[in-house]
Amino acid sequence: MKKRYLQQKIFYGLLLFCTLIVVAFVLGIILFLIIKGARAISFNFIFGSPENGMREGGIFPAILGTLYLMLGTIIFALPIGIFAAIYINEYAGKSKITRIIRLSIINMSGVPSVVFGLFGLGFFVLFLRFGKSILAGSLTLALMILPIIITSTEEALKSVSDTYRQASLALGATKWQTIYKVVLPQALPGIITGSVIGIGRAAGETAPIIFTVAAFSQPGLPKSIFDQAMALPYHLYVLATQVTNPPEDMQWGTALVLLLLVLFFSVIGSIIRVRQRLKKRELS
Amino acid sequence: MKSKWNNFKNFLITRFIFLNGIISIIVLTVILIFLVYNSIKFFSSYPIFDFLTGTRWSPTSTEKFGLLPLLTGSTLITVGAIIIALPLGIGAAIYIGELAPRAVRETLKPIIEILATIPSVVIGFIGIQLIVPIIKRAFSLPIGLTALAGSIMLAFMSLPTIISISEDAINAVPVKFRHASLALGATKWETTYRVVVPAAKSGIVASIMLGLGRIVGETMTVLMVTGNSPRIVFSWLQPVRTITATIAAEMGETVRGGLHFSSLFAIGLVLFIITFLINFIADRFIGRIRKM
Repeated sequence: MKKRYLQQKIFYGLLLFCTLIVVAFVLGIILFLIIKGARAISFNFIFGSPENGMREGGIFPAILGTLYLMLGTIIFALPIGIFAAIYINEYAGKSKITRIIRLSIINMSGVPSVVFGLFGLGFFVLFLRFGKSILAGSLTLALMILPIIITSTEEALKSVSDTYRQASLALGATKWQTIYKVVLPQALPGIITGSVIGIGRAAGETAPIIFTVAAFSQPGLPKSIFDQAMALPYHLYVLATQVTNPPEDMQWGTALVLLLLVLFFSVIGSIIRVRQRLKKRELS
Repeated sequence: MKSKWNNFKNFLITRFIFLNGIISIIVLTVILIFLVYNSIKFFSSYPIFDFLTGTRWSPTSTEKFGLLPLLTGSTLITVGAIIIALPLGIGAAIYIGELAPRAVRETLKPIIEILATIPSVVIGFIGIQLIVPIIKRAFSLPIGLTALAGSIMLAFMSLPTIISISEDAINAVPVKFRHASLALGATKWETTYRVVVPAAKSGIVASIMLGLGRIVGETMTVLMVTGNSPRIVFSWLQPVRTITATIAAEMGETVRGGLHFSSLFAIGLVLFIITFLINFIADRFIGRIRKM
């Protein structure tokens, strides 16, 4: 009898140990990034341009490039994603095509990011002749985050009670008017959550942008959507592996800025989600 | 008149929405067509048999495009990562799902979610800065950039997926199963591993498959920490090169439309097929959780 409880104690200890390793890894990474990265952060680092072969100066062009890419990505991904989700949830019903759509969304989210990069290069950069540009990079990233936007929008639409739809239709509104004026506003917080998580993801991706937009270094800032741009994740990759003897501070600083940018979006996404959940609990 | 216009407008909107609805099918198909088209170009001038069985990948010097070194590289790293991630992931999932008090669980879950949001290039950077030097010293190697470094980093990157889906599956096991087991005199631990875990089995398998998909497709981290040497090796303490890293490393230097260029689409196709199969299997198992 005692042996069985001893066994339980040992295994519980092991499970706790597993969990602690994971937690220690995450907290360790963040702690290191903050402590080592904070030393590099200064006004000139955030708002200055790289100098002396990236060994001095700042990372402003990379930050700006990433912001441009996030904006471009969401401009393409959001409308398509919302309409796709509207089709799946409001129009399609339970048909064979919905099953195929669902399967392809799942598979799309499983396609490795480097394959998206390869496709972006072949299709947007070369075939459509956009060149290595913000446009090509944004489109590539948009395709990559589409599954996130579609799935989260679909969840949001699903959570809108059918009584709203019935009331609107009974008042003589068409199906589209009902969706546009009644369902979508209700689903908005869920859609925003998905978008925010999606852009955060796009901001951190490197493989899809290496061949489609990222510039190693660039004189001046990009002027149009057909220009190349520097980007934070690619800049970190370059600093960490391509530049000979870059100061450590700059690398940690770049990594910290990238992490903060991505975390910022994911925290906002979580806050909206939690608030929404609380609101719903109050209502029911 | 007005209602006719409305009908027409509705018709247009419906068509437009349908087109957006099938966007995922369109994108997936176009990606596949692109990969296949460029691969066919490659295989028309490089025998597919030599590609699949070739033991050397040296595209620039000798124009040898053997898949095997890359495939063994990817396999070695993946197997290593799974060996590390499996006990950690399932252990943590059981702890969080079964044992942890509510407050602890609510703190642990966001921490693990943060891990999922850390960009792969940052994980790679951490690998270079912190893990690689430790490996170098611990095994007294000339260079720490090894398959092992890749396996460790990828293991942690796959953990959020493995933990969250396994935990969902564990939570989905009806409470009465546990009550029945406890009532029969089993200890809590015996209940967990003889009743709860077997009942959650398909979800746990699905989580591992999805984690596997993430590991196989991961690019930047392996590109940064595994040393990038496309040779066939069977030791975790050697530098290797994966399929993903090869595409990312070489695409920038190729001549557009040349043999080397199209060879990267061919290995991209191989990668696409592998991840497609993994996700397909995962989806099968996820379907089984829903039925429970």
